[in-house]
Amino acid sequence: MISEIEELYQEVILDHNKSPRNFGILAGATSKAEGYNPLCGDRLTLYVKMDGDVIRDIRFQGSGCAISVASASMMTAYLKGKTKAEAQKIFERFHRMVTTGTNGDAEELESLAAFSGVSRFPVRIKCASLSWHTLKAALEKKKEMVSTE
Amino acid sequence: MAMATTSKDIAVSVSPHFDVGKIRQDFPALHQKVYGKPLVYLDNAATSQKPQAVIDTVARYYTIENSNIHRGVHYLSERATLAYEEAREKVRQFINAREAREIVFCRSTTEGINLVAQSHGRNFLKAGDEVLITAMEHHSNIVPWQILCEQTGAVLRVAPINDAGELMMEQFEKLLTEKTKLVAVAHISNALGTVNPVEEIIRLAHRRGIPVLIDGAQAAPHLKIDVQKLDADFYLFSGHKMFGPTGIGVLYAKSHLLEKMPPYQGGGDMILSVTFEKTVYNVIPHKFEAGTPNIAGTLGLRATIDYLDGIGMESIAAYEKELLEYGTEVLSAIPRLRLIGTAKEKVSILSFVIDGVHPHDVGTILDREGIAIRTGHHCAQPVMQRFGVPATVRASLAFYNTNEEVDTLAAGIKKVIEVFH
Repeated sequence: MISEIEELYQEVILDHNKSPRNFGILAGATSKAEGYNPLCGDRLTLYVKMDGDVIRDIRFQGSGCAISVASASMMTAYLKGKTKAEAQKIFERFHRMVTTGTNGDAEELESLAAFSGVSRFPVRIKCASLSWHTLKAALEKKKEMVSTE
Repeated sequence: MAMATTSKDIAVSVSPHFDVGKIRQDFPALHQKVYGKPLVYLDNAATSQKPQAVIDTVARYYTIENSNIHRGVHYLSERATLAYEEAREKVRQFINAREAREIVFCRSTTEGINLVAQSHGRNFLKAGDEVLITAMEHHSNIVPWQILCEQTGAVLRVAPINDAGELMMEQFEKLLTEKTKLVAVAHISNALGTVNPVEEIIRLAHRRGIPVLIDGAQAAPHLKIDVQKLDADFYLFSGHKMFGPTGIGVLYAKSHLLEKMPPYQGGGDMILSVTFEKTVYNVIPHKFEAGTPNIAGTLGLRATIDYLDGIGMESIAAYEKELLEYGTEVLSAIPRLRLIGTAKEKVSILSFVIDGVHPHDVGTILDREGIAIRTGHHCAQPVMQRFGVPATVRASLAFYNTNEEVDTLAAGIKKVIEVFH
């Protein structure tokens, strides 16, 4: 029997938490945004290097709970080479999945579908979506810090 | 005795006269399951559960006693007024204040501190004066002073704490200068459990003529408070952390200080006469109780004091000391777990971090085991910064908690470590 805890903390999530991908400062970033989740103190800085409309490179720095770190790590891995429009579309799908638990988007979400278990833990939705909100700010080049509150 | 017999690994002695099984029967909220597991409620420093006697008192007030106070000449109003003032006298006895008029009912400890900052502070502090607090304060004993400092030009000074989470008394004393006009200190740290040497703090401040405010929110559920013995100038606590209702708090202040302080809020009940030309304020404590107060909460607070008196704060403290010793031993034995807050003098608050696991993840897994703990910064972000952690897990125990519940917590933590390693 797979418990809700096991569904939340899937191997891939634990792995990305332990060894986050694309972690560190990005030299030559074209935009940057900061995200903060006051509930658990998750804090991250996201660096994006755009090539026209394409996300050429993306990295992050910061600390937080397993869900927020894994989410940032998997998001950056997923988005490299995607266009801004594609990124926005996948954010909408991701957000729908973690808030409502609908799995209809699982195929398009590919590896990001690992976060479907989050919907059973309403207080953790903000952890999963922090990096995405921060991405949105970076793509829109908002100056101020993004907060989940 | 229903407890402590299964604590196999570590021998503990249990207060012979303290029947925790019987006490637990008084708290209906403790007897429920969450996610199919028996609730293990270890979030008492956030808020405590309520005994049936308190719940019944509040329900009875709204069912048959409901009436406003200090107003009507009718039967119910007279009864309510009497009960409200009896509650004030009950609080006076509970903290051994000199007079009942030194007891001001407010919404919470937070509101009481804001009252003192805005009424006393704003009128008696000026630019360059200093307010001295400590590095272990709750935000509610930091932010009201920052607001006051912005308004008056006064300066906030902070006495440091050591690695165990104890106030560094030598540094504290050095920070007491002729500029210091007020000292505001927690009796017990909500994030660390440290019991501050408040009697000594007050003695040192008084030697220099400085009044002292004590935030007693975490002390009231654990210790016998004696404001005269402490010689505190201001002492505050909240009903809901001591098994009473939310929305009711107490500000104790020496009468000579209250007399000199202007009203905090204007409205009904705090006046003797009102004309458009001049209003005459009521006497203390009514001067500080504008508007219809939380009558049900006040009566509930009286009931909670009656309940605690029935057990005795000394018995509670003795039992909790054993609970803390047991909890400290059990948690310390878990590899990768680090206790944050290891003061020699502390109450049953166990703050900790687990190597490689964020507190929020610990909280989520424990929650599904039925264990309610708090994770985060506990409204004490400077304390987290002092210990270099973003957050901690905090298990805060009350006298209705048991060694078995500590064992359940330890088993839950082991599960967390299994998931993450």
